[in-house]
Amino acid sequence: MNYHWNWHVFWEPAPNGTGTYLDMLLSGLVLTIETAICAWIIALIFGAVIGVLRTLPSKAGSWVGFAYVEFFRNMPLLVQLFLWFFVLPEILPHSWGLWMKQMSNAPFYTAAIGIGLFMSARVAEQTRAGITSLPRGQKLAATALGLTTAQTYRYVLLPMTFRIMLPPLTSEFLSTIKNTSVAITIGLIELTAEARAMQEFSFQVFEAFTAATILYLLVNIVVVIAMRFVERGLAIPGYITGK
Amino acid sequence: MFANFDFDVIRRSLSYLFLDGMTFTLTLTGLATFGGIVFGTLIALMRLSGYWLLGRIAGLYVDLMRSLPLVLVIFWFYFLVPYIGQWLTGSSRPVRVGAFASSLVTFTLFEAAYFAEIMRAGIQSISKGQPAAAQALGLTYSQTMRYVVLPQAFRNMLPVLLTQTIVLFQDTSLVYVLSIPDFLGAASKVAQRDGRLVEMYLFAAVVYFAISCVASFGVRRLQARIAFVH
Repeated sequence: MNYHWNWHVFWEPAPNGTGTYLDMLLSGLVLTIETAICAWIIALIFGAVIGVLRTLPSKAGSWVGFAYVEFFRNMPLLVQLFLWFFVLPEILPHSWGLWMKQMSNAPFYTAAIGIGLFMSARVAEQTRAGITSLPRGQKLAATALGLTTAQTYRYVLLPMTFRIMLPPLTSEFLSTIKNTSVAITIGLIELTAEARAMQEFSFQVFEAFTAATILYLLVNIVVVIAMRFVERGLAIPGYITGK
Repeated sequence: MFANFDFDVIRRSLSYLFLDGMTFTLTLTGLATFGGIVFGTLIALMRLSGYWLLGRIAGLYVDLMRSLPLVLVIFWFYFLVPYIGQWLTGSSRPVRVGAFASSLVTFTLFEAAYFAEIMRAGIQSISKGQPAAAQALGLTYSQTMRYVVLPQAFRNMLPVLLTQTIVLFQDTSLVYVLSIPDFLGAASKVAQRDGRLVEMYLFAAVVYFAISCVASFGVRRLQARIAFVH
C-alpha cells in the first residue's frame, strides 16, 4: 500500500482558520450532537402524540396517525430533507419563502425539523407498540374507576408505556445521531462533513475518516451506557427488564 | 402555488430518470440485498457457532457497522475500495473502481450487519429440538444448517428481510453524496440543469413514496399469510 500515513495531521492548523484539524472535527461533533438533540425533542413530542392518536378509539384519529406514519416512513430521509430545504420555500407565499431562504443557519433548522419529523414516525410506531403491549385489563380497570380517556392515558397507560419503551427509544436516538450525517447534502457542516473537508484540505483520507469513526463510536458508547442507567432506574418491577 | 408548475420537464426526462436512474437504484438494491443476506447469514452463523473468536469477530463487525452513519461508510469505502483492489490484484497502484462497484461493495457490507441480526433472530427462533433431531439422524453441522435450520429461519424472517430491503431501497438514495446518478441523483441533475427543483424533487418524492408504499403493503399481506414455524 503506497498510502502516506500521517497521524500528526490532527495537530496541524486547518486552512479555514479555526484552529487545528482536530478542532475542526470536534466542532463538527458538537454540531452533530446539537442537531441530534433538537431533532430528538421534535421526534419525541410528535411521535408520542401520533402514537397515542393511533390507539384512540376514534376512527378519524387513528386514520390521521396512520397517514402520518406512512407519509414519513415511505420516503428516503434525503428526499424529505430536499423537500423541506429546496421545495418548501418555493411553494409557500413569496415573502415567507424569501424569509426562509435568507435565514442564517437554515441547514441546521431544516435538518433538526426534517430529521425530527422523519424519526417521529418511528417513535410513533414504538409508542403505539408500547401502548398495545400493555395488558387490556389496565385500560378496562381505568374505565371501571371512572377515569376519562384523557385521564386513562395520563395516569395509567402512558407512565407504563414510556418506561417499557426506553430500550427501543435508545436505539431510535442512536439512529437520530447517525441520520444527522444525511444533512451533509443540504450543507450542514457536522462531523461527517468536517471529516470530508479535512480529507479535501489535507489529503489524509483515512486519518480523517478514522477519527470520525472513533468519535461516532464514542458517542454511541456514551449514549448506551447513560441509557442503561436510566433504564435501570425506571424499570418496572415485575417486568422482564425490571428488578 | 402550482401556477408555473412545469409538468413537461418531468415528461421530457422520464426516460433518463427511469432507464438510467431507477435501473441503477433497483439493480443496486437487488444485488446488495442478495449479497447482504448471503454475507449476513454467514456472520450470523459465525456469531452462533460457539467458537469464541469467530463469535467475537462477527459481533464486533455488526456493532461497528451499526454504530456508524451510512454516509460515512459510503465515503470510507469510496476511498478504501481502490486500495483493497490494489491489495487483491497485487498491482502497483490503487485500482480504479467504478461508481457502481464501489456502492455495491458498500451497501453489501453495510447491510450485511443488519441482515445478520435478522438472520440471527431467525435461527434462534427455531426450536432446539430441530437441530438435535437432525444430529440424531446423523446429519453433519453444515447439512443441519442447510437442510433443516436455515430454510425455516429464512421463511420465518421473510417479512422482516423484505422490510429491511425497502429500507435499503430508500438508503440507496444516499449515493447522492458521491454524485452518482441513481434515481434521486438523476432527478437532481435534471433539476439543477433546468432550474426546476420543485418539480423534480416532488416527482422523486412521489415515486419513492409510491414504490415503498406498494412494497410495504405487499409485505404486510405476506406477513398475514405465512405461518411462523417454531
